[in-house]
Amino acid sequence: MSVRSERLATVRALIAAEPEQPPSEAADRVDGLSRLCRAAIHALPAWGTAVTVMTAEGMQPVAVASDLRTQALEEQQFSFGEGPCVDAFAGRRPVLEPDLGAAASARWPAYTPAAHEQGVRAVFAFPLQIGAARLGVLDVYLDRPGTMSSATLGRALAFSEVALWILLDGQAESAADRPVERLEAAVDSRSELFQAQGMVMVQLGTSLSEAMSQLRARAYADHRRLGDIAADVVARRLQFQPGMAGDGPDRPGH
Amino acid sequence: MPTVSAQRVAEVFVEVADTLVDEFDVIEFLQLVTVRTAELLDAAAVGLLLADQHDELQFMAASDEAAKYLELFEVQHAEGPCLDAFRTGTPVFAPDIGADGHRWPRFARRVADAGFGSVHAMPMRLRGDVIGALNLFGRHPGGIDADDLRIVQALVDVATIGLLQERAIRRGEVLTEQLQGALNSRVVIEQAKGALAQIHGVTVDEAFELMRSFARRNGRRLSQVAQAVVSEDQSGIARLIKG
Repeated sequence: MSVRSERLATVRALIAAEPEQPPSEAADRVDGLSRLCRAAIHALPAWGTAVTVMTAEGMQPVAVASDLRTQALEEQQFSFGEGPCVDAFAGRRPVLEPDLGAAASARWPAYTPAAHEQGVRAVFAFPLQIGAARLGVLDVYLDRPGTMSSATLGRALAFSEVALWILLDGQAESAADRPVERLEAAVDSRSELFQAQGMVMVQLGTSLSEAMSQLRARAYADHRRLGDIAADVVARRLQFQPGMAGDGPDRPGH
Repeated sequence: MPTVSAQRVAEVFVEVADTLVDEFDVIEFLQLVTVRTAELLDAAAVGLLLADQHDELQFMAASDEAAKYLELFEVQHAEGPCLDAFRTGTPVFAPDIGADGHRWPRFARRVADAGFGSVHAMPMRLRGDVIGALNLFGRHPGGIDADDLRIVQALVDVATIGLLQERAIRRGEVLTEQLQGALNSRVVIEQAKGALAQIHGVTVDEAFELMRSFARRNGRRLSQVAQAVVSEDQSGIARLIKG
């Protein structure tokens, strides 16, 4: 098993072990993310973790967190319009601040004292993205300054990858229960998978995120590897058509 | 005797240095490094891989399509000199792929089928960290002159430093941020290739060439153009790109 496979499998097992929220208004995705945040604080470990989910243009982002105090701090970034989460999303790369000190105050003058007040001394923000498709950010908070070890970093990135798939699939079960192989398929023909994503985006006239969801849904429904579906799309053996029931793909000649 | 002229070497280093000082596009920079390295060594092809957060090598750039497919093959089958160079942090040579390629049987067969006779892999290192590797594919079997290899290693080292930039040497976090950013930029380019291929009814490789010439003609960065092609606001750039 590769390092990546092991890490993803560990993260999924940790999430599955977290208790579900009582049935409520909460959407499946929120429950999945909530369990992910709680699993992460134990596994990393961290003082608090949160996932900010970006919604449609002009709408407020939604924050899911390991606990209420972290949720409040995460939401403060929206009101201030600044913070590591905001920078990570805009910059499309992680923002890793191991010491929320003087340099951080210059960078985030409103956010830094607010974080300090809560006892936070380090923040690590990971954008949840596949290329140009941006879905949110995973924030990890520590109450002590210090660099993240590469092992912890690898684990945090595995959590962010699983969070990404939860958001793409919109189901709490997706991360914990879907067979490992389906996520691993993405490793084998990465270039082709992203090319197929771009093609399906245009074919369906939809977003990159939706295109990836459609590809994964097709692989799941056909019991085929995601990489093979992607190869078929790139080779133009498989075409997705908009406006059909469930926006499914069409094979030429059928 | 070295094949590389001092004049050419100086020109390449000046060009690379200029690139680092100017507006910096990671993908274009790595692309430049592979193309110039191939030109310096005359008729070689060059591929470059970088490690992601799980320490797995991912394809980043190549001087031509042949090298690209060989690198993708290496990654997909987890077999090849770049992987060994990355793992050991030392150069790995197969001066005659027929005789020396038994360590990587499937890869060696592919290399020979592609018409190359030798492979030399150089690690990309910085202070004990190995962040990737670069492969030199030679047209004919034969070692590379020791002086030429030193020049290539120097070019590779400059590329590594350029990738990390000055600050990263002092702050490990910046290294991670930049590498993650670079890996994500690569994904954007693949997505844009697919979108353009679909819009214009061309192959993904043709789509890549269209993007590159558009970027060059308009003085734009490749990553920026790719971003615009797949961004939500659909600036119409995709239609402009058709030659």
